[in-house]
Amino acid sequence: MRIALFITCLNDTLFPDTGRAVVRLLERLGHEVVFPESQTCCGQMHYNTGYRRDAQKLAVRFVKTFDDADVILAPSGSCAAMVRDNYPRLGAAGSRLQRATTALAPRVHDLSELLVDVLGVTDVGAYFPHTVTYHPTCHGLRLLGLGDRPYALLREVRGLELVELPEARECCGFGGTFAVKNPDVSAAMGADKARNVAATGAEVLCAVDNSCLMHIGGTLDRQRAGVKVVHLAEILASTEQEPAQL
Amino acid sequence: MTGTFLGMPTFPEAARAATADAQLRHNLRKATHTIRDKRAEAVGELDDWTRLRAAGKAVKDRTLRHLDHYLEQLEASVTAAGGQVHWAADAAEANRIVTDLVRATGERELVKVKSMATQEIGLNEALEAAGITAYETDLAELIVQLGDDLPSHILVPAIHRNRAEIREIFLREMAAWGTAAPDGLTDDPRALADAARVHLREKFLSTKVAVSGANFAVAETGTLVVLESEGNGRMCLTLPETLISVVGIEKTIPTWDDLDIFLQTLPRSSTGERMNPYTSTWTGVTPGDGPQEFHLVLLDNGRSDVLADEVGRQALRCIRCSACLNICPVYERTGGHAYGSVYPGPIGAILTPQLKGTGGELEASLPYASSLCGACYEVCPVAIDIPEVLVHLREEVASAGGAGHRVEKAAMAAAEWVLDDDRRLGLAQRAVASARSLVPRRLPGPVGAWTDTRDLPDIPEESFRQWWRTREKGKRKRS
Repeated sequence: MRIALFITCLNDTLFPDTGRAVVRLLERLGHEVVFPESQTCCGQMHYNTGYRRDAQKLAVRFVKTFDDADVILAPSGSCAAMVRDNYPRLGAAGSRLQRATTALAPRVHDLSELLVDVLGVTDVGAYFPHTVTYHPTCHGLRLLGLGDRPYALLREVRGLELVELPEARECCGFGGTFAVKNPDVSAAMGADKARNVAATGAEVLCAVDNSCLMHIGGTLDRQRAGVKVVHLAEILASTEQEPAQL
Repeated sequence: MTGTFLGMPTFPEAARAATADAQLRHNLRKATHTIRDKRAEAVGELDDWTRLRAAGKAVKDRTLRHLDHYLEQLEASVTAAGGQVHWAADAAEANRIVTDLVRATGERELVKVKSMATQEIGLNEALEAAGITAYETDLAELIVQLGDDLPSHILVPAIHRNRAEIREIFLREMAAWGTAAPDGLTDDPRALADAARVHLREKFLSTKVAVSGANFAVAETGTLVVLESEGNGRMCLTLPETLISVVGIEKTIPTWDDLDIFLQTLPRSSTGERMNPYTSTWTGVTPGDGPQEFHLVLLDNGRSDVLADEVGRQALRCIRCSACLNICPVYERTGGHAYGSVYPGPIGAILTPQLKGTGGELEASLPYASSLCGACYEVCPVAIDIPEVLVHLREEVASAGGAGHRVEKAAMAAAEWVLDDDRRLGLAQRAVASARSLVPRRLPGPVGAWTDTRDLPDIPEESFRQWWRTREKGKRKRS
């Protein structure tokens, strides 16, 4: 299958390892991967902070970039949710933007959806000999409804021991500009999440969104908790021949 | 007398103090987690919850769409049953109507069943100014009133207090308000409840006027409905000679049949109970039984403006169950006072700025008091998409360009300019990468708070886009 990557601006700029892992994984599974270079950002930050017009412009760019793609992968739960859930609300009812985004939305998938629903695979042949706990990020949990998919994928990874995260459904407190506008509450939420992660004794915290991982990981680092944060794609791309480096 | 929310600081400021208060955080965490677990269990018992939720939403939407019609029907039904209906456009008018009605009875004291509408209009303070004392009879409202405090929760106003604090308040204040607390009062919940019962009984038996709110007003019969747990509401509704009910116009529902839905969803969402202990309904007056004079004050106070907003109007579906407060991770860490308004938590963050406008600094800060995690929408029994309304209100605040938003608007526009062109983004990424060794561990300015508690990620040498381009070039060379 030919899969168009929407790598997202944060991954592109700060977490290129996630993008490289996605490419390695999908090519290993025998698929063709393309990266339309005119892509930039989904506009989630603008939309969520109240700058709808800026977000509209970025949505127009997104539609132009991905209009031809049959299957679009966004390895970020919140960006996938932005395109799928919020884009259709961006344009006025019946507008061209609304029609275009509504038509595009069903083709956008998070990594776990792409693998389980579209490609029909849970065992991707990965090897990752570490104890892992999984944080189901809010947008993955509530907007995308990922459900058991990420767990199903992790359970098939050889060498991986999956441990349950207490209070897993609680928000980590990142929330984009929320972390800047309400720093005290954001930090308090992050500290509780980090404490729950550390309590599992896991070596690795996994999620499908690097923005949440950046927030929790930054808190864990500051606490010298010794837990690494790793995107699901990097665990699934890891093999015995080419193991992911912690 | 209980203070008011006037002149409260913005949410981030108030939240700083709240998050630093370990006792408060402990009280809130314990209470919210207990109620949310109970709610989840009670909701999980019903296999038609999804349909009940959709039905509640539909009834409320239909009523709001034709609110003018149902309000006229309600007025006619209440009048036909021997009650009197008064229309109040705003808080001042509602307070004036109630004060005049109490004055006409010649009484200087009244008892109250807990009501959000009267909190919203500051009725107790208005009555006090007119020389009339209002006694709160809900246990938690009593604790708040005696403690010269403000409510912190819609359903559990004293959620921020623990047993030891309540004991102290009772011992210190009860005597000044009526029957004193017994000597040797312990912080055992039963002992505290008994002290309140004795204190309140005297009020119930001696007071001739009562003020209530209502959970629902049934248009077809003119019946008002109050759901409660303690029986104090029923005492207020039946014992006095005059009953004055102050009710927001959005509490109207068309028929008794519609109540069927909410009598299931409200108790399960609010207290995690299958059914609340007391459901009281009253229709006009009945000679020789209960209050002989009944007044219904229908309150607008900004609701018509909310109704005019296509996205925001869904907030008027709210049945004040508090499920969104109990599940909200932000509320859990700050409590209700940080919201600086009568309605705290996620629903307060959308309702208050809509009722009062986003012109004030506090009101403008409320739509940002959320990480948009969506837990509130998930538990809302009438499916109010709170995150959607929050974003909608943020747009209103940001476009008004008030304090702090001018800089932000420029930053957002600059970001959009970079992001609206992949070459510009590529150049920006190279600039960031080349300065990677210069980025300090702690950042200055407004984003500095981030680095107070969190380490920044390392900036990579190469963006994904650069890596991809190099790889594609390599592939082309090989082929």
